[in-house]
Amino acid sequence: MDIFLSEKNRVVRQSVRRFCEKEIKPIAAEIDRECSFPWEVVEKMGRLGYFGIQAPRELGGAGLDSVSYVIVIEEISKGCAGLGLCVSVHNSVALYPILAFGTREQKQKWVPPLARGQKIGAFCLTEPNAGSDASGIEATAIRKGDHYVLNGNKVFVTNGGVADTCLIFARTDPGAGSKGISVVIAERGTPGFVVGDLEDLCGVRANPVSSIRLYDCRVPLENLLGKEGMGLRIGLTALDTGRLGIAAQGVGIAQAAFEEATKYAKQRKQFGVPISRHQAMGMMIADMATQVDAARLLVLRAAVLRDQGKPFSRQSAMAKLYASETSTSVTDMAVQIHGGYGYSKAYPVERYYRDARVTRIYEGTSEIHRMVIARSVLE
Amino acid sequence: MSASGVKQVPDTETQIRIAPDGQSIVKDDIKWVMNPYDEFGVEEALRIKEKFGGEVTIVSLGPKRVTESIRTALAMGADKGVLINDPSAEDSDALATARALAAVIKDMEYDLIFTGQRGVDDDMGLVGASVAEILGIPQLSVITKVEVSEDGTSVKVERPVEGQTLTIESPLPALITAQKGLNEPRYASLPGIMKAKKKPLEEKTLADLGLDASQFGKEARKLKVLELTPPPQRQAGKIIDGETPEEKAAELARVLHEEAKVI
Repeated sequence: MDIFLSEKNRVVRQSVRRFCEKEIKPIAAEIDRECSFPWEVVEKMGRLGYFGIQAPRELGGAGLDSVSYVIVIEEISKGCAGLGLCVSVHNSVALYPILAFGTREQKQKWVPPLARGQKIGAFCLTEPNAGSDASGIEATAIRKGDHYVLNGNKVFVTNGGVADTCLIFARTDPGAGSKGISVVIAERGTPGFVVGDLEDLCGVRANPVSSIRLYDCRVPLENLLGKEGMGLRIGLTALDTGRLGIAAQGVGIAQAAFEEATKYAKQRKQFGVPISRHQAMGMMIADMATQVDAARLLVLRAAVLRDQGKPFSRQSAMAKLYASETSTSVTDMAVQIHGGYGYSKAYPVERYYRDARVTRIYEGTSEIHRMVIARSVLE
Repeated sequence: MSASGVKQVPDTETQIRIAPDGQSIVKDDIKWVMNPYDEFGVEEALRIKEKFGGEVTIVSLGPKRVTESIRTALAMGADKGVLINDPSAEDSDALATARALAAVIKDMEYDLIFTGQRGVDDDMGLVGASVAEILGIPQLSVITKVEVSEDGTSVKVERPVEGQTLTIESPLPALITAQKGLNEPRYASLPGIMKAKKKPLEEKTLADLGLDASQFGKEARKLKVLELTPPPQRQAGKIIDGETPEEKAAELARVLHEEAKVI
């Protein structure tokens, strides 16, 4: 696989892997169990540049390419899917839209603290009645003097419990249908900005996924990203990049499950031999190895296209679809190989199995991605 | 100024397979990393640079892939790298390796040289000592603490010896071989990796260094590997049976004494 990577990419993988093995892997089971966000590790990750992977260096980022970005997300997710999710969402759908659509002043103001990990970002689109259909957004941002007054209820906000800088999707023109949706940046601590309880989720439990409610929350007009009515365009651009991160997350979870399953199959004995010698186990291990590699290659292809400035929407949809399906099937096989122990919290594959499931749901469901791919093939 | 010798070794999690010749390992599919003891050396060199100023140069002998480990050290904060990359140097023994490293270092201005106390692959522990010998400078081996004097002319180091600590003082320049416990090496940051891309990394052949290629490589080894054998397969554990704790303890003592022969 490394033959496709530059020396810089390989150094990135090795350095991040070393960090994750020493700092993340040892606490992953505990932060999953306790639903706790490991601030100490997150601060270290901030100092190492993980929160500004592709942000320009003059704005406090590392200025790396998309290939490095997917490598970092894969490696972190291999250690802890909840932290991989945190870094992916922060980089791709919170920080990147500010870089892509922000004015110079907005970039100067918001990007450096985000890129250094001093502030955490979030993307607030989903509502009780709006998800795959973003045009169903009901939150409003009504202009009053030199402020927007925000009202709405955002749910399943990744990083919600700790986010400082939130991209809020809201209607600036309630009568204009999907053309009336805009993105306004709201900061935690602003009066009327209320963080709800953490969601009690099946997986990615180290991530403080929560609701965010806005009650007459006033933010200055200069917090508008792009122009009024550009919300859906900003959202779709952000998600093209975001789903690349989630695809990489899926690869990371699958890789972790594959490694554990292989190790276990060599150790566990039944009928007098290690179970890896039973053909049924070998078949599963072959499928796992192939699927993980195929998923990673799809992710790399999409990342390379993005680095070359070429269209990558279809390829990133394929990568996201295949990598998330792979992460659920590979973690399922890993549980199967572990037998009863795989169903126990004593072994990490139980966590991988739970973590993998959501990759088929968030940042575009598998079904939405199949639609995107079908359309691009058939058009 | 300090120089740090770096060796690339198989990741300790890699499954090592012995090659059909019985004298080497299969090198395909191996994940290569910087020798962990060398990492301690690099970290210490960086800390001294941060306190006293100067530069850190990374020196290594090996094939092209080693540039990855040198870049990692540059990303951690070292200033430049030199890789001696010459096909005739492949499979050189420790003494030849030390000759090549010393040939690079002798023309530099240096105060301290760091190497790992040994490589985690073949555990020879010879390169550091040999480099010091060739350069004619003091060598301080297996060191867990380094204190450079305020005026920068001498160094005080500590070596653990049988539960005690030996403190040694030496004038500079000197060579130190790093032991676990010396420090906690930093991680290369992503911005650091970007910066490392622009730092100078020179590749040199043996001829560039004025060395005679016939003194290097497998044929010139003074130390020959006769055979590699895999460690014995681990035996199953044993459960001590007995009616009472006393009985079990007596049986355990007997087994430890007579069978395992450890007490």
